[in-house]
Amino acid sequence: MRVALLVTCLVDLFRPSVGFAAVKLLQQAGCQVEVPEAQTCCGQPAYNSGDRATAQAIARQVIPQFEAYDYIVVPSGSCGGMLSHHYPALLADDPEWRPRAEHLAERTYELVSFLTDVLGVTQVAAEFSGAVTYHDACSGLRELGIQHQPRLLLNSVTGLELKELPDSDVCCGFGGTFCVKYPDISNRMVTDKAEQIIASGADTVLAGDMGCLLNMAGKLKRLGSPIQARHIAEVLANQTQTPAIGEPD
Amino acid sequence: MQTTSIHFKANARRALADESLQRSLTRMRVGFQHKRAAAAAKLPEFETLRDEARDLKDHVLEHLDFYLEAFEAKVKEQGGHVHWARDAAEARQIILDICQAVNARTVTKGKSMISEEIGLNEHLQAHGLTPIETDLGEYIIQLRQEHPSHIIAPALHLHKEDVAETFHQHHAQYGLTRKLSQAPELLSEARQVLRSQFLAADVGITGANFCVVETGSTVIVTNEGNGDLTQTLPKVHIALTSIDKLAPTLDDVTLLLRVLVRSATGQEASVYTTFSSGPRRADDLDGPEQFHVVLLDNGRSAMLGTEFQDMLRCIRCGACMNHCPVYGAVGGHAYGWVYPGPMGAVLTPQMTGIEQAGHLPNASTFCGRCEAVCPVRIPLPKLMRHWREHEFQRHLSPRSVRYGVRAWAFAVRRPALYQRLSGLGAWLLKRLARGRGRLSRLPLAGGWTAGRDLPAPSGQTFQQQWRQRGGHR
Ligand code: SF4
Repeated sequence: MRVALLVTCLVDLFRPSVGFAAVKLLQQAGCQVEVPEAQTCCGQPAYNSGDRATAQAIARQVIPQFEAYDYIVVPSGSCGGMLSHHYPALLADDPEWRPRAEHLAERTYELVSFLTDVLGVTQVAAEFSGAVTYHDACSGLRELGIQHQPRLLLNSVTGLELKELPDSDVCCGFGGTFCVKYPDISNRMVTDKAEQIIASGADTVLAGDMGCLLNMAGKLKRLGSPIQARHIAEVLANQTQTPAIGEPD
Repeated sequence: MQTTSIHFKANARRALADESLQRSLTRMRVGFQHKRAAAAAKLPEFETLRDEARDLKDHVLEHLDFYLEAFEAKVKEQGGHVHWARDAAEARQIILDICQAVNARTVTKGKSMISEEIGLNEHLQAHGLTPIETDLGEYIIQLRQEHPSHIIAPALHLHKEDVAETFHQHHAQYGLTRKLSQAPELLSEARQVLRSQFLAADVGITGANFCVVETGSTVIVTNEGNGDLTQTLPKVHIALTSIDKLAPTLDDVTLLLRVLVRSATGQEASVYTTFSSGPRRADDLDGPEQFHVVLLDNGRSAMLGTEFQDMLRCIRCGACMNHCPVYGAVGGHAYGWVYPGPMGAVLTPQMTGIEQAGHLPNASTFCGRCEAVCPVRIPLPKLMRHWREHEFQRHLSPRSVRYGVRAWAFAVRRPALYQRLSGLGAWLLKRLARGRGRLSRLPLAGGWTAGRDLPAPSGQTFQQQWRQRGGHR
């Protein structure tokens, strides 16, 4: 099975270890993983800024890079949702590109749900000692229905204790460009989130989206909290030797 | 009502710093969200009912001309009057004319957001009439000369202590000078004051949650019974409503009521659900002598057949704002006009202009919680994005957004350039972090770093490392 990894711009820039963890998980599950070279970003910043024409142009750039693979896997619910939900909507009026967008959309999955729902993975060979809480990133949860999948796999990690986060389905305040356009409101939202993470008693917070993780980690660090933030793929792939997000090297 | 949507950012900043408001909002979030969740969980067919409610509203919107005329005919058949108002000014004039025709002085009012939308109270006052709000929340904010901060809980931003203070100040004229502190006492004092007003009123104005086509009735749902007194005691009852409120049959209304009330307050049914069908008949014991329905358009028909048509399904339950983290952070007044939260972020630009209200559809993370709870499944984030597209096309988006997107897209569309830039960015940010793993200040990212650190990249980009490792392409 040939699987293309859409690394996502944030993982590429901020957290390559997530990309390598994704590769490892996919390979362990028997996939042949390739990383199309010319990939950049899925286009969400343009799409959500109202620049539909640019978003369409980017979709037309991404589709040919990925459409030849059996599956396209993304370590992010929001970029996954962009390909699987929004590309077909963006190109709905284009008779040539619409079928291609739909064909791509049908085979695009967020990483964790791909492992469980497509490959049937029910456990991982990983160890992680400590209490962990999980934040349900919005797009993954509400666009892609990712909720039980990460919990299923986390519960198979040796030594890991999962503590549910109250309001885990409430937005952390990242919102792509929202956090720079409305920083005051964003800051209030992430403050509430950080306080709940701290109150959960966990010593690590996990999520499946880099944007939310940068936001939550940045707030926790600013508050002086020792709680570590990681992408769920790192824990599932047993690759937690790198410093957590925002920690000194 | 003066709109301040254009100052959303400043409004929001003030709201975030207002501790009393923040306490109210915390209380609101917990209360409304839990109640809705419990009500939805108790009704196994709730999700199916939402689908049916959506389909019903879509059907009515597709045949709106037919249903509007059928409704008008039925109201007339029962001796009522129907008035069509193209915009707010027409609606105000129609209502003033009805009031003046009966030499009205005092007008009691049930809760109506449309009355806020058209600025009715100010207009009546300017013409020498005294409008009196009879919904407790509306009454309180009327005394305080404020506007609703929530579409179903207008005084949500206030605390009991604020209300006690307001009553103490305003009720002295009725000889009620005792300082109260308990909610039941406050309630009974308000009742006492309002009771005489109900009896004195010449005209009663209510809203209508629904208009039933088959019976020519208007329907209101309340928990205080004030709406009933408002519409049955005076000689004239005016139901002020809009063209998007139609339900063909009583069965249809039942469906909508089942999802409305659960989504709004988590009740199975509100305390009062009242149907008004025409003026008092010969053998009726009570009821108004005249029954008027004012049907307001005010930009709604312009939404038909556009990407915003779905918004006309809205049944004003408030669930979207109750679950919105942005509304939950800043409250309703920050939105600067009548309709706040996600539904307001779509409606307000339509009614006051995107030039005024551009912030509203932008101030959303697109977290999707509103759509997830909307009883008629309005794709609110998608509609907010449409407004952003309108803005972008008309060059109304802030320059930072337009140029920012353009510069970013220039690189994204040139992979080789993009990868060189991201490699450079990763290197630079890592150096700036000086081994701390994060930045506490960064030029051009002051908004981010004012409240949080920015985690730094670990050095090389994924693409660079993948290339070095000779990974598959
Ligand atoms: S948009 Fe939906 S959730 Fe919001 S008030 Fe209207 S019906 Fe209720």
